[in-house]
Amino acid sequence: MVQKSKLVLMLLSLVIVSFVLSGCNKDKQMLYVYNWGDYVDESILEDFEKETGIKLVYDTFATNEDMYVKIKSGGSSYDVIFPSDYMLTRMREEGMLEKIDLSQIPNVKHIDERLMSADYDPNNEYSLPYMWGTLGILYNTTMVDEEEVQSWDILWDPKYKKEILMLDSQRDSIGAALLRLGYPLNTLDPKELAEAGELLKAQKPLVLAYVVDEGKDKMVAGEAALALTWSGEAMYAIDESDDLAYSIPREGTNLWYDVMAIPKGAKNMDAALKFMDFLNRPDIALRNAEYTGYATPNLAALAMLPEEVREDRSAYPQDEDLVNAEVFVNLGKTLKDYDRIWTEVKAH
Amino acid sequence: MRRQSMMPYLAWMLLFIIVPLLLVVYYAFTIPSETGNVWSLENFTRFFEPIYLKVLWRSVYLAVLSTMICLLLGYPAAMIMVGNAFTRKSALMLLFVVPMWMNFLLRTYAWLTLLERNGFINVLLSALRLPRLNILYTNSAVILGMVYNFLPFMVLPIYSVLSKIDKDVIEAAGDLGANSLKVFMKVVFPLSLPGVVSGITMVFMPALTTFVISRLLGGGQFTLVGNLIEQQFLVVGDWGFGSAISVIMILLILLSMAIMSFFEGEESEVAPW
Repeated sequence: MVQKSKLVLMLLSLVIVSFVLSGCNKDKQMLYVYNWGDYVDESILEDFEKETGIKLVYDTFATNEDMYVKIKSGGSSYDVIFPSDYMLTRMREEGMLEKIDLSQIPNVKHIDERLMSADYDPNNEYSLPYMWGTLGILYNTTMVDEEEVQSWDILWDPKYKKEILMLDSQRDSIGAALLRLGYPLNTLDPKELAEAGELLKAQKPLVLAYVVDEGKDKMVAGEAALALTWSGEAMYAIDESDDLAYSIPREGTNLWYDVMAIPKGAKNMDAALKFMDFLNRPDIALRNAEYTGYATPNLAALAMLPEEVREDRSAYPQDEDLVNAEVFVNLGKTLKDYDRIWTEVKAH
Repeated sequence: MRRQSMMPYLAWMLLFIIVPLLLVVYYAFTIPSETGNVWSLENFTRFFEPIYLKVLWRSVYLAVLSTMICLLLGYPAAMIMVGNAFTRKSALMLLFVVPMWMNFLLRTYAWLTLLERNGFINVLLSALRLPRLNILYTNSAVILGMVYNFLPFMVLPIYSVLSKIDKDVIEAAGDLGANSLKVFMKVVFPLSLPGVVSGITMVFMPALTTFVISRLLGGGQFTLVGNLIEQQFLVVGDWGFGSAISVIMILLILLSMAIMSFFEGEESEVAPW
């Protein structure tokens, strides 16, 4: 009996050891990428592997907050991550990022100068822009009057009871409430925040569901009339269905930038820089922009896009569309209030 | 020698059960401050705010309801299985077990598509000129998801107890003049109680703590305790509050298990399979 259990133990440890070793043998270079769900043309990833021989491990997240918590808690070893502007600031201030050596990324020359050295990362020491866009309302033209979608009020209109999809993302959904109230998107005033929280609680009976990636499919399938969403998601859905349109309400919007960054302690820095360069190669950036529907910061790719896309002001808003637009900033200590309000709205 | 062969198991339990549990308890009773973590009961007092008690109440309500539905559906199903000939029996058993070979998440996603407003079920219903069913993203959808996923956990333990009941006992009851209703009430049901209790336990626990079913089929509107814990760990990063809720859940589950084992009495040797 004892003999047998010893044998089993030995076999077991052999299996475990061989598993551990198989993870780190071979000289194949690895690259661990952590991006938003459905935020890249996946054939690009295959091409990258083919061209460079680097093995790519690609994971996805649904919101900035998910991503932050996972990186912060340690244990994950990603080489390239895709935070938004405000989250980049937070991670930069908390020392969670590596500096990027721009000289290793020749294709950086294609990136729109106006999007470089933004407030969230002066001098582009820690990030490169990936995509940009707005927050708005995707609506079904057969169910909703175009005039009404020009205001955030429509998301609180009882006429659309159980026809509204909200984003399961705290800054965005609280943001929509703040915009409707006419308060700044980055408010630190607890009273304004509490009002926004109450407004979201009052809206709950009208909401069909709180979703992130599923939203666009639900809209394409005609399951809801209105969805709070990001511009690229909207473009993707509009491509799939003729009944859909996107509106940036007149009270204002959130203008956002998603960027590429390298978390502290990344083990495959070289591959990470190669990947960033690859994504900025004009032909690749073009394919990515066409697939995702988001606005590309890559001017060479932009020039190759069909004219109707470039001129589409929902996808590439002009300056006059963005007069009321605000960029999210890191909230510091007030973030805890946002967390609490969102927890309460969801629990309500 | 025997003790030595126990060592790997002990080490495993220590590393993956005891240590994580202690960590949860540690986080539950501390809050982060400028000088590191300090002891505090704040996480617990926060849970007793009305808004979170409402979440707890909603979870208990949905879990009790779906456990009851599982019992009402599962008991007759187990009886039918016991009463059938061997080949039919294994066919029925397969029907219950085969879906469990498929991933739980996948099955729940399938319901998401089936229940859509223009989904399969509604297309079918309107083709038959029946009223449409709009239950996706409601309480009913969440309960449906729970019952669907947890029903086998009710049927199998009851089946295993029922099939062990000595036929002679039932015949004896009949010979002594009991009609079939009386046989069931006085003999079969009391003898099957251990299976019922273990079925209830096995359905109630996962139903109370699920977060996937309520997230997918409830559209993120019906926050249950499981969702609250998930949100604290994965979105907000408030490990203290998340741990405190987890500790409260552990206590609640221990309590309900104590109550259950009281009912189970002495004959508690029920293997679910």
